[in-house]
Amino acid sequence: MSANMVAVLYLLSALLFIFALRGLSHPESSRLGNIFGIIGMIIAIITTLMFKSVLSYAEIGAAIVVGGAIGTFIALRIEMTALPQLVAAFHSLVGIAAVFVAAAAFYDPASFGIGNFGSIGTSSLVEMSIGTFIGAITFSGSILAFGKLQGTVSGKPIVFKFQHTINALILFFIIALIIMFVINQSPTIFWSIVIVSIILGFLVVIPIGGADMPVVVSMLNSYSGWAACGIGFTLSNNLLIITGALVGASGAILSYIMSKGMNRSIISVVLGGFGGEQAASVTSDNSDKIVKQGNAEDAAYIMKNADSVIIVPGYGMAVAQAQHALREMGDILKKEGINVRYAIHPVAGRMPGHMNVLLAEANVPYEEVLELDEINHDFPMTEVSFVIGANDVTNPAAKTDETSPIYGMPILDVEKSQTVLFVKRSMATGYSGVDNELFYRDNTTMLFGDAKKMCENIVKSLG
Amino acid sequence: MEAHSSEIFVIGLTVFFLACIIGYYVVWSVTPALHSPLMGVTNAISSVIIVGAILAAGPFGHDISKIFGILGVVLASINIFGGFIVTYRMLSMFKKKPKKENKD
Repeated sequence: MSANMVAVLYLLSALLFIFALRGLSHPESSRLGNIFGIIGMIIAIITTLMFKSVLSYAEIGAAIVVGGAIGTFIALRIEMTALPQLVAAFHSLVGIAAVFVAAAAFYDPASFGIGNFGSIGTSSLVEMSIGTFIGAITFSGSILAFGKLQGTVSGKPIVFKFQHTINALILFFIIALIIMFVINQSPTIFWSIVIVSIILGFLVVIPIGGADMPVVVSMLNSYSGWAACGIGFTLSNNLLIITGALVGASGAILSYIMSKGMNRSIISVVLGGFGGEQAASVTSDNSDKIVKQGNAEDAAYIMKNADSVIIVPGYGMAVAQAQHALREMGDILKKEGINVRYAIHPVAGRMPGHMNVLLAEANVPYEEVLELDEINHDFPMTEVSFVIGANDVTNPAAKTDETSPIYGMPILDVEKSQTVLFVKRSMATGYSGVDNELFYRDNTTMLFGDAKKMCENIVKSLG
Repeated sequence: MEAHSSEIFVIGLTVFFLACIIGYYVVWSVTPALHSPLMGVTNAISSVIIVGAILAAGPFGHDISKIFGILGVVLASINIFGGFIVTYRMLSMFKKKPKKENKD
């Protein structure tokens, strides 16, 4: 195949990837988009297999079959609630794959047309080491993020003295290594870059707490794109550059949306340590306030007699796997002629769009699931807000209390509805460690218990 | 030779910035409800890095770069299949539900 033909086919594949993302602008076009993505990938792979230098089809075929089988198995088996972990794990694979490709290019540059071992061009070396660096960070950062999401590693932010100074020093050290690598092209230095970057990846994610995970997962998504980009520059491959840039931009935008949803700068999330210490200071002064407690029958009675109910799900719903029971409850209410809708805060859950997927899994029609700006002005006209597994995203302190750590965060105005029902396991504070004054309001009823059990009991009481 | 490689780099840079801009606009048009599938798709397509791995695994022989290439192909394939399938699963849940008990 001529070089021009290859370039055209790669371009086609890049265009298909762009359409794959474009399709996601609406649920109805999204499935076609996914198919475009698959076709684009098939074209890219077949085109590459047609290269004159590519001869060992048996090994490559076997590698694709093995990898494909593993990937298929995992993707078919995974529970939708475990999606954030899965995505984190997949990111780590992109990262390490980038490192491997860079290593291959380093040991056998001739295969990629970038010189010979020991005499690779300077710009290729720089690009290669940047790709390696980002790939290795993505790898270890994602593994730690996976551990935190899965619960194998504590989700608590781990902070220690001089953390940022240490990270900065390591970064400078890596830059120094890269310069040395460009000068002497030594394999030892190449692997030093890999190892030190892996360490840095761990250190970057360690101080970031559980609920900041949407930002971290998006950020690692972005990194995996930039890593692909770096490799694309190394191999002078436009397809890799374009795709890497698309993915990088996507992850960056998601990180931006997520941190805006928490009214925090990306930098402060990255620096981490949020939600650890403040907890103790704010919880004490509310011990004497009265909390109105209710049970499933009360909740059923209140909602049955309402005209409109807005359900506000949070991470607690995912943990309790309550989405199916919740949908059942919503269905019964709808049958009673009650207007039931769902309000999603941008940072609800552990990854962007997490709640939407869970509700979709439970067969909630997507038209009933609304974003913060679409539904927030409806709360004053709503009789019942049913908050399930969410806390901080409803806390009015974000608007009123300037000293609160969550001050300025956009919240769902559940307090403006006539009645607020809070499904919660206990009075414990949310992730931010801030007490929620809503719990003590006259129009709030707390429903203590497991989210799933509570929904099931409400369903029973309704029936 | 030097001029030639810098030329390639500039072309790459041009492509890079244009792609970033396309990415910026395309991603902002993604509906927030589909942000999880977006991560699934981007995850799958970033594994286009398999192209580099195939080139490394391509030649006959058993040198070290070939081993890295094969490993890269395996890992990227996990991602490609896993990413597209999990996205497919997510998206198929967003299908329009048949109107059964919808109230008017």
